[in-house]
Amino acid sequence: MATTAEGFDAHHDHGHDAHDHADHKPGFFARWFMSTNHKDIGTMYLIFAIIAGIVGGAISGIMRVELAEPGIQYLGWWAQLMGGASDVNTALHMWNVFITAHGLIMVFFMVMPAMIGGFGNWFVPLMIGAPDMAFPRMNNVSFWLTVAGFFSLLFSLFVPGGTGPGAGTGWTVYAPLSTSGSVGPAVDFAIFSLHLAGAGSILGATNFITTIFNMRAPGMTLHKMPLFVWSVLVTAFLLLLALPVLAAAITMLLTDRNFGTTFFNPAGGGDPVLYQHLFWFFGHPEVYIMILPGFGMISQIIATFSRKPVFGYLGMAYAMVAIGVVGFIVWAHHMYTVGLDVNTKMYFTAATMVIAVPTGVKIFSWIATMWGGSLSFKSPMVWSMGFIFLFTVGGVTGVVLANGGIDDNLHDTYYVVAHFHYVLSMGAVFSMFAGFYYWFPKMSGRMHSELLSHIHFWTFFVGVNVIFFPQHFLGMQGMPRRYPDYPEAYHFWHEISTYGYYIMAGSMVFFFVNILYALVAGKKAEANPWGEGATTLEWTLPSPPPYHQFETLPVITDSMDYHDHRPATA
Amino acid sequence: MKNSILALLAAGLAAFAPLSVAAQDAAAPAVAEAVQVVGAQTAPGAEAGVGNLTPAEASAAPAGEGAYIPMAPTEGKGMPTSYEDDPLKSMTFQDQYTANGEYALGMHDYVLLPVITAISLLVLGLLLYVVMRFNRKANPVASKTTHNTAIEVIWTIVPVIILVIIAVPSITLLARQYETPPADAVTIKATGYQWYWGYTYPDHGDIEVISNMLDPAEAVKRGEPGQLAVDNRMVVPAGVPLRIQTTASDVIHAFAVPSLWFKMDAVPGRLNEKLLTIPEPGVYYGQCSELCGARHGFMPIAVEALPPAEFAAWVRAQGGSMPGEEAAAAAPAAPEAAPAAAN
Repeated sequence: MATTAEGFDAHHDHGHDAHDHADHKPGFFARWFMSTNHKDIGTMYLIFAIIAGIVGGAISGIMRVELAEPGIQYLGWWAQLMGGASDVNTALHMWNVFITAHGLIMVFFMVMPAMIGGFGNWFVPLMIGAPDMAFPRMNNVSFWLTVAGFFSLLFSLFVPGGTGPGAGTGWTVYAPLSTSGSVGPAVDFAIFSLHLAGAGSILGATNFITTIFNMRAPGMTLHKMPLFVWSVLVTAFLLLLALPVLAAAITMLLTDRNFGTTFFNPAGGGDPVLYQHLFWFFGHPEVYIMILPGFGMISQIIATFSRKPVFGYLGMAYAMVAIGVVGFIVWAHHMYTVGLDVNTKMYFTAATMVIAVPTGVKIFSWIATMWGGSLSFKSPMVWSMGFIFLFTVGGVTGVVLANGGIDDNLHDTYYVVAHFHYVLSMGAVFSMFAGFYYWFPKMSGRMHSELLSHIHFWTFFVGVNVIFFPQHFLGMQGMPRRYPDYPEAYHFWHEISTYGYYIMAGSMVFFFVNILYALVAGKKAEANPWGEGATTLEWTLPSPPPYHQFETLPVITDSMDYHDHRPATA
Repeated sequence: MKNSILALLAAGLAAFAPLSVAAQDAAAPAVAEAVQVVGAQTAPGAEAGVGNLTPAEASAAPAGEGAYIPMAPTEGKGMPTSYEDDPLKSMTFQDQYTANGEYALGMHDYVLLPVITAISLLVLGLLLYVVMRFNRKANPVASKTTHNTAIEVIWTIVPVIILVIIAVPSITLLARQYETPPADAVTIKATGYQWYWGYTYPDHGDIEVISNMLDPAEAVKRGEPGQLAVDNRMVVPAGVPLRIQTTASDVIHAFAVPSLWFKMDAVPGRLNEKLLTIPEPGVYYGQCSELCGARHGFMPIAVEALPPAEFAAWVRAQGGSMPGEEAAAAAPAAPEAAPAAAN
């Protein structure tokens, strides 16, 4: 105990060179492969998420190019490239492999690692004034489990999955397509990848909860915590409660596949719909897991660049709690067409619509934060404002889909695809770019180019809208999801959507050039490059922060509110 | 009966042509080749191409005279509309041909769409206003306002009211969609297979219709939309309550017809049931709407609603019988239907 206290409680001595001590870094292998430093792990998560995002984004490119014209153009080529047979079934199976891989990669290996693993790891300890996460070694385990999961998923692409190589079950892995419908080890590997990523996330969630509950700086009560920390806290609870259900469901899939159980097989008394209930009991909280940290980031950024405290702080925090709670009792709105009882469907319709209320509170509170502010439109701010608008558009189509009777037509059509890409591919992704540009100077110590980030924003904004807005039309006209081909009538809007992809892909060039530029030639970032609106603790540290920070714990005094955590001297 | 089913099966069952390099070049030929499809496992060795058998031949074969000729679809009815044909129509729902469909479409067009458009524009407008009014030049000193109870209550209560307004027609719609079919409703059971549909008519001597996608080129030749047309349609009486049941034999499929506002999953081991009344005769196309494996995109649905008299003729042409006249046709049909029922 004594040694722990000594290391932790380092504010006994300002005499010797504290900076040296704080910046002592282990050698390369120990630093990056046995890492226990939350910032290094956060960086690895971000790099991992970017790599996974490139893979997942490339797959969506393959799909959009295929869909630009009616007919099967390239799938056969891809199937053979992946080692499949040259028949048409294998080619068409390849399509299902692509949609599956795209979904799983983007959800489990891009958005979640970036949001929670990346920004969460980097900034939760900094924002609450903690030296590190509560369980640094477990933090490392979380990361490498996620990486292992990614490799398991990639491996699944190269082994037989039934009609061809790879798992073609959709990210939802519905039984019995995923059990009796897919022979071969591909689906097992895909399921195992979810086990690994899920285990990593559960460990990460316990780590965040412990850190946030126990390691806040003296004086930082829960109600003085930055909203980003609140968002990660709520997210961690959602992970902790939802992921075990997924783990159970996919374990049952594995035993159904390999050990003769019949959880989801009606021939043995099981029920395919049971799997859907279990999956969506996880799956719906999962979509809030993907967006809540984004909410938190947007709150920090809007306040910073409006030079104004967040409007309605408590409302904002508890709106996230409410979204998290209600998120657990709306799952069957993903299953409106399975043959639910009428009362069940009415209940889920009503409960789902309730979520619009706390979400509306957040949207309006962000606007109210800007109201009366002194706005500067730096890159994080424009991405945040883009987020607010696009997330609203995605949110209102969610209200349409919430109506069970309306969903009878729209279920499993491109309208749903458009809806969840507006809230994720635009909501979550815009918030991640906002957060990235906001914190990049802090993480790297270098300033990125504002010009390139603005070009990136506008081209990306146009691109994703051109991709996804026409998909509403396709969906309303009846175009089903997960189709590699379509009747001629859907040609025009599919072609437009594919042009949008080209614009979006082109815009990503500006992002990568910007990172390279910043790392190679970017101006050195000050401790606080964003000015007086940036009032949380990470901006009191140099950019990049020392390897070990807050050896002297910051103290939040009674006179400070939730907004401004800077020490009086700064 | 048996002959007709076997003929239909044979017609539908052609092995997938190997995907040649040529398939990667031109779109249209690729589809044509790709989609000579269909379930070789159900009847191995059946080689007849879809195009070799016209539907008239197929269905008229057992019945001889009184031949049923598949109804020609009406352009723009029961099928998607392309941008080239009508830009505005290509951006919204298909025209609706059921009472519930019209109600739902009305709810979307007159309640939901205006509300969501107004909310989106309100947020966009507020953002633009904030950008112009509160940028650093226009407003160099930020206010410190962080609370305003009145406005917070308003933006909580107003959305609640809007949602309640939406909920009323929404719940009404659900109640209508769940109306129980009357006892005398015509029962039709749609069974999803990888990758085709089977329709059985338990009230009509257990006729079974096996429905495979038509080769798109052949469909266009017959004046039907490619990739939506099938060799044997699900023929139903118009203006009569139908008890549609869905199930599946292998994996989950979904029976969906957008212009009838109808979608119901076909789940193995379950029998889902729903009332459907199609007032007007016509052909209404749909597609499988639950991922079901490689050829998920190639098992369309075509519902042909006929005036009851013509439906009765069709039933007899299939070797079935109308309820109450079992004696006439049931005797020969019953034993022959057995292999089909075993499916």
